Amino acid sequence: MIKIVNNKAWFLVLPVFAVVAFSVVLPLMTVVNYSVQDSFGNNQFFWNGVGWFQDLLDPSKELGGRFFDSLWRNLLFSGIILAIEIPLGIAIALAMPREGWSVALSLVLMALPLLIPWNVVGTIWQVFARSDIGLLGWAVNNLGIDYNYTGHTLDAWITLVVMDVWHWTSLVALLCYAGLKSIPDAYYQAARIDGASRWAVFRTIQLPKMRRVLLIAVLLRFMDSFMIYTEPFVLTGGGPGNATTFLSIDLVKLALGQFDLGKAAAMSLVYNLIILAVCWVFYTVMTSADAKAERVEA
Amino acid sequence: MSDVVAIRPALPGNVSDAGQGAFNRALAPSRVNGRTLVMALYLLFLMLPIYWLINMSLKTNTEISTTMTLWPRDITFEHYRKIFTDASWYGGYINSLTYVVINTVLSISLALPAAYAFSRYRFLGDKHLFFWLLSNRMAPPAVFALPFFNLYSAIGLFDTPWAVALAHCLFNVPLAVWILEGFMSGVPREIDETAAIDGYSFPRFFIRIFMPLIASGIGVAAFFCFMFSWVELLLARTLTSVNAKPIAATMTRTVSAAGMDWGLLAAAGVLTIVPGALVIWFVRNYIAKGFALGRV
Amino acid sequence: MARITLDHLAHAYRPDPQGPQDYALKEINHVWTQGGAYALLGPSGCGKTTLLNIISGLVRPTRGRILFDDRDVTDLPTEARNIAQVFQFPVVYDTMSVRENLAFPLKNRHVPRDRTAARVEEIARLLDLSSVLDRKASNLTADMKQKISLGRGLVRPDVAAILFDEPLTVIDPHLKWQLRSTLKEIHRALDITMIYVTHDQTEALTFADRVVVMHDGAVVQTGTPDELFERPAHTFVGHFIGSPGMNVLPCRVEGATAFVENNAIALKQAYPGLPQNQRIELGIRPEFLQLQPKGTGVPVHVRRIDDIGRARIARVDLAGRAIAASVPEGVLIAGDEASIAFDARHIHIYADGHLVPGQPTGAHV
Repeated sequence: MIKIVNNKAWFLVLPVFAVVAFSVVLPLMTVVNYSVQDSFGNNQFFWNGVGWFQDLLDPSKELGGRFFDSLWRNLLFSGIILAIEIPLGIAIALAMPREGWSVALSLVLMALPLLIPWNVVGTIWQVFARSDIGLLGWAVNNLGIDYNYTGHTLDAWITLVVMDVWHWTSLVALLCYAGLKSIPDAYYQAARIDGASRWAVFRTIQLPKMRRVLLIAVLLRFMDSFMIYTEPFVLTGGGPGNATTFLSIDLVKLALGQFDLGKAAAMSLVYNLIILAVCWVFYTVMTSADAKAERVEA
Repeated sequence: MSDVVAIRPALPGNVSDAGQGAFNRALAPSRVNGRTLVMALYLLFLMLPIYWLINMSLKTNTEISTTMTLWPRDITFEHYRKIFTDASWYGGYINSLTYVVINTVLSISLALPAAYAFSRYRFLGDKHLFFWLLSNRMAPPAVFALPFFNLYSAIGLFDTPWAVALAHCLFNVPLAVWILEGFMSGVPREIDETAAIDGYSFPRFFIRIFMPLIASGIGVAAFFCFMFSWVELLLARTLTSVNAKPIAATMTRTVSAAGMDWGLLAAAGVLTIVPGALVIWFVRNYIAKGFALGRV
Repeated sequence: MARITLDHLAHAYRPDPQGPQDYALKEINHVWTQGGAYALLGPSGCGKTTLLNIISGLVRPTRGRILFDDRDVTDLPTEARNIAQVFQFPVVYDTMSVRENLAFPLKNRHVPRDRTAARVEEIARLLDLSSVLDRKASNLTADMKQKISLGRGLVRPDVAAILFDEPLTVIDPHLKWQLRSTLKEIHRALDITMIYVTHDQTEALTFADRVVVMHDGAVVQTGTPDELFERPAHTFVGHFIGSPGMNVLPCRVEGATAFVENNAIALKQAYPGLPQNQRIELGIRPEFLQLQPKGTGVPVHVRRIDDIGRARIARVDLAGRAIAASVPEGVLIAGDEASIAFDARHIHIYADGHLVPGQPTGAHV
């Protein structure tokens, strides 16, 4: 659609701008303010300059070590769940029924985990994976495998990953399904006439048409897994030890648990900058893909 | 007026007049069973943990802790009865619903004009503003927990539904703008022009003609605001203590104090799933669009 | 290379069709000879796309057989038939270049690489695509994309027939004519059967040697464009082809004279044995119905005269029925009253919509 240049449109955007600015700018100013100060309690603050940032970005310091540990854990977690959820989501989308009553049923059942409060997701798996009262933990232990997600690091990670796959794969599948549905029948007919194999149909028709939604799926899943807090907090509380302490969990521990405001603020800013950078890449890639799509249609 | 209603955006798809289910035919018949199997296994994987939660909510605590039973031997509604009669429990649901509804109404009414501006006009800084909004949808709540706590304490909103409702605007307003912008772009601008020629003032046009046209978009945006506000816990828990405590927080705290009342916890969990499960039916065909920020 | 035979073919989308109303395609017997250019013409929903999909193998017919030469292909899947199809909306593989698009059907059939390359070059030259061979197919215009779709069919040396499903729908008007001539040229250059489905009579009549007109799931007439114009076998064909379409007037026939209300119209032939309980109608094209000043001929009431460029068409009422007639050059009508002259050689008589053959009257022979 061709848009008219009209700066008065700003008046329509102003309410949103005001509310979001109130929610973002003021808190961020507080954070910046804290990040350059140190406090010894009793609301006494001292100028600390970039000290916290130096500590944070230096892995040999206590704060830096902790930050980088959480960061790597977070990146590893995001990598694992992307590697599982994206291919699995595509496979589910391809396996989904296309017509009849089973479409609506599948859509509703698949969407169900997406609408459960995140702490309840944690609770469900906390219960489900326990070896004394949970079906999963009980079954796995009865198979002769010593499984205990509160005690073993590996078990905790596996449980977290399975939980995230359970929680979010449907999102990837639904997005891919929407992409698949937008392919006109003529493409499949043409491919049959051209003698294309099932794999060739996937490679040459389905995958290219899903590119856009896959891009959205990858970036949404990356962002959300990078910010994950509630589910692991409920399930493992960051443990055993610090084995599942991700950035958000660490940050909340620092800020609300220990009231280490300066350190927490510095960490917040760096964390937010990372998110902002990824977000920018996301936005640039998406808008260039949009522009390309429009050029082709024109 | 009738002209305005008659113009409908052309829908993509529906390309060939006889092609129905070519996708199914594109697959060899022998694979259909394989696909059904994959789907069945996946749905089983999704449903099992939920089933287990429901199962537990109907068992007595004795049965839970002493035996491993695949279905309740001794069905009890005691846990549900407790939740519906104890104010500290059902109060949590009311608190949650209060801030969720405030947030939804607030987000949609703020986002409507903004989405219209983005879908119809170019203006100074529009692209940057759009990116900035998007970046807030992605902002980690953990970063904002502490400053929000300070901010809302300072202005006296701490422990009120308004604090949580406003805090959730951080990610819900951008989301609503994105979804609504997607739906609005599907409405041809000729409708705006026809209405202007017919002598409609802008507010009258917007409420009487434009909003009905994007009613499904408003519904979807509202659903997603509702949902993301409903599932979020970190900010909701940080910004409340007693009076406005959400059900999610009630669950975690009461349980740890009462020494693991698993049946009650499961029943409370089941009840938090119910609102989502109820409304999901109405938006089932728009779920992908909503999660993709209106971009599918 | 093949002759296509439709043998007692019928199709219903319902699983257990009862009466004729359940059939999307009523029984058809038809032969398309090798190398012909055919059009399937009819309004939307007349069953032409269903028929096309049966030929290409995307739909399996409920009854009957389909033969390529003498080989029964009814149960063969699409990919096993030597058929190519061009769709209404251009289908190109977005991620591939034009060259890869053209090579795709050969690659799937494991044709050696050097032969594929040579064949692609050859077809690209034929379709005037040589200059864009290495461009991404997704960035081309709609008419180029349709040429690529066509090229993917032509590239297969064994292709027996190419089916076109309204291929010009999304092409700009000024390019439609051009693409249609390309199709004609290719038909002349290669000895391939082409079947062209359309609802546009101009496209059908200019493309095809023989046109199959379909209506309501059945073939109502097959013939050359001239035959369809001169002797419509069904009043539907008369209406559908020609602009404006044929005039159809209820009448009564006695010997070699037809009576429309009380106006006697002389016929060239006699129709003894006309069925008693059927609707009898007289059909004549506006081109053979001339408006003239009041007096001679059948009196009519003139409503208006349209100038459609190369001719003038009068819209008149004959005994309360609106019909169209041509206005010869130099004829001027004063007032609303005029009359029309019927060209007896071009009058056809229909019973329940179907053409009734006449018998030469002894007196005139």
